[in-house]
Amino acid sequence: MKFGEELKKSFFIALGLILLTFPIMVVQVNTIENVIVWRWRNLIFIGLGGFIFSFVWLLFQKKKSESSPQTPAGHSRLHRIIDEPRLYRPALSIIAFFALIFPFVFSHYQVNIMTTALIYVMLGLGLNIEVGLAGLLDLGYVAFYAVGAYSYALLNYHFGLGFWSALPVGAILAAFAGILVGFPVLRLRGDYLAIVTLAFAEIIRLVLENWNEFSFGPSGISNIPRPGFFGIKLTPEQSAIYMYFLLILMCIFTIFVIHRLQHSRIGRAWVALREDELACQAMGIDKTKAKLAAFALGATWAGMAGVLFAAKTTFINPASFTFLESAMILSIVVLGGMGSVVGVVIAALALILIPEYLRVFSNYRMLLFGAALIIMMVFRPQGILADRRKKYEFHKLESGEGN
Amino acid sequence: MNGVFMDNVLEVKDLTMNFGGIKALDRVCLEIRKNQIVALIGPNGAGKTTLFNCLTGVYTPSEGDIIVHTANGKSRRINGMKINSITKLGLARTFQNIRLFGGMTVLENVMIGRHCRTHSGITGAIFRPKSTRDEEKAIVNDSYRILEYIGLTAYVNELARNLPYGAQRRLEIARALACDPQILLLDEPAAGMNSQETRELEQLIIRLWEDRHLSILLIEHDMKLVMNLAQNIFVLDYGEEIARGTPAEITSNPVVIEAYLGVQNDAQVN
Repeated sequence: MKFGEELKKSFFIALGLILLTFPIMVVQVNTIENVIVWRWRNLIFIGLGGFIFSFVWLLFQKKKSESSPQTPAGHSRLHRIIDEPRLYRPALSIIAFFALIFPFVFSHYQVNIMTTALIYVMLGLGLNIEVGLAGLLDLGYVAFYAVGAYSYALLNYHFGLGFWSALPVGAILAAFAGILVGFPVLRLRGDYLAIVTLAFAEIIRLVLENWNEFSFGPSGISNIPRPGFFGIKLTPEQSAIYMYFLLILMCIFTIFVIHRLQHSRIGRAWVALREDELACQAMGIDKTKAKLAAFALGATWAGMAGVLFAAKTTFINPASFTFLESAMILSIVVLGGMGSVVGVVIAALALILIPEYLRVFSNYRMLLFGAALIIMMVFRPQGILADRRKKYEFHKLESGEGN
Repeated sequence: MNGVFMDNVLEVKDLTMNFGGIKALDRVCLEIRKNQIVALIGPNGAGKTTLFNCLTGVYTPSEGDIIVHTANGKSRRINGMKINSITKLGLARTFQNIRLFGGMTVLENVMIGRHCRTHSGITGAIFRPKSTRDEEKAIVNDSYRILEYIGLTAYVNELARNLPYGAQRRLEIARALACDPQILLLDEPAAGMNSQETRELEQLIIRLWEDRHLSILLIEHDMKLVMNLAQNIFVLDYGEEIARGTPAEITSNPVVIEAYLGVQNDAQVN
């Protein structure tokens, strides 16, 4: 039989699943009447569900390995759209038009969610410099975000600094924090770097939580002013719309800068550093400089995002800067495709918006979200839109730059 | 002015490298003259790659001096200098186990080699003034020329990891050339190549030597290649220099034969 092997495997998987879930799904202890309820029907559901699911799964895997051992990166449907001006130009104008009318069509609540998502777009793109380009696995990115947010909150509280002056200050302070973490971890790579950055983020969070005189502890800082709009007093709704457009502009600015960095001498040096550290140095690249630049620039975006976040929510406390946030931002980068700007933007919007719109499923929301992530990573391990290298065109012996 | 052949470009004096209690290199001396091809041979584990790693700054030698005489007439002791600074002084290398940037295109690999001869930084990248644009164009064009020279233009936009083995070896040389070296260090460039590819490599090295006036230090196990190319050969065994001389002297040297074959007999090392 053709599917004999798969059927057998699925059967055992289903059996294993039944055994595993037996105590929680079948046996129910009713503590009020002191009886055990045997829910045998669940057993059938789990068995059948597990069997069918694993069978389909195995078939898919088989088909995948038979069809092509390795699909060349950079030839997905999305890439084709991006490559074709006739397709991406109208798509881009539709997106731009939608972005423009969005706050006037949708509710205040929707605009707020979208603004949050845009903050994550910035964070994702910033972390993309560190993780996606330079290959520095940073699990403590949220620390720089916190530095940005707290620098605005504290500078405003103590010195009455406004949003627009706090924005560059927050960015610079975060960049300094980036260099501060960068120095001791220059020698570290991969897992070790991840652990140290994770610890750094925890230190920052714990300091903010416990140093009451400095950061007002867990109760946080409230009444942070929203950004001013030429001195005009805005209603909360207007201010939300203003914030939304501000973030749209910041995101465009971020994309512009990161795109340029990516296709520059320093951007190439980062990718080389990611690919092979020793060879990269042997080619004359200063590892120290390249790494510190990656840390500082990555942190700069987090700092600005932090200032924007503080201005948007008008209240911050250390609970907003937990490890979960770092993990979320990292998932955005990984899901979007390491080093890919468009991929990261799509992933940030998806990862922040999907849980919001899944609220209808109430309790199962996070379960569905997790399942979606796992499925995504299984079917597209390279991310939504894998990074591709720029191609150059040359004509005969005379060489000129193409696209 | 001295004759061209009197100029040393690299001098290694009494170089010792200890790893814990193990002496990987023991008072090794070596000289490379300008526009000379020098081969470094020896059995496995003799310390050849360790010497390479000392020369290129991967290891800091325990004792001794490595002195580079740069093109502008200055002499620098490079012990303990950073890898990238040594590259900038004019020493470029290839690796025994190919270490290309697999996820980058062939052209980009060579463009990375241009890094140490170019300058634009972060602000240049963001604002892209004319100087940066010109520099970028120059990097692309120079890199393409090098690929033309090496004969890899067919693969320009191919990812380096997808290249056939022989082409990967040549790309490593192309990438090293992009650093504008004065001394090229080749670590077993013919390893894993078939005889056809080895012949092509030999032609390429001769061309480099003739056209670019490079000094080349070569580690190689393919004795035919070494004997055809090298003007001077240094033989290492157990971290010590056991012989040096012209190919003819080395082939007839009983100490070398013993090191290679274990016992002294009349076998040819060929």
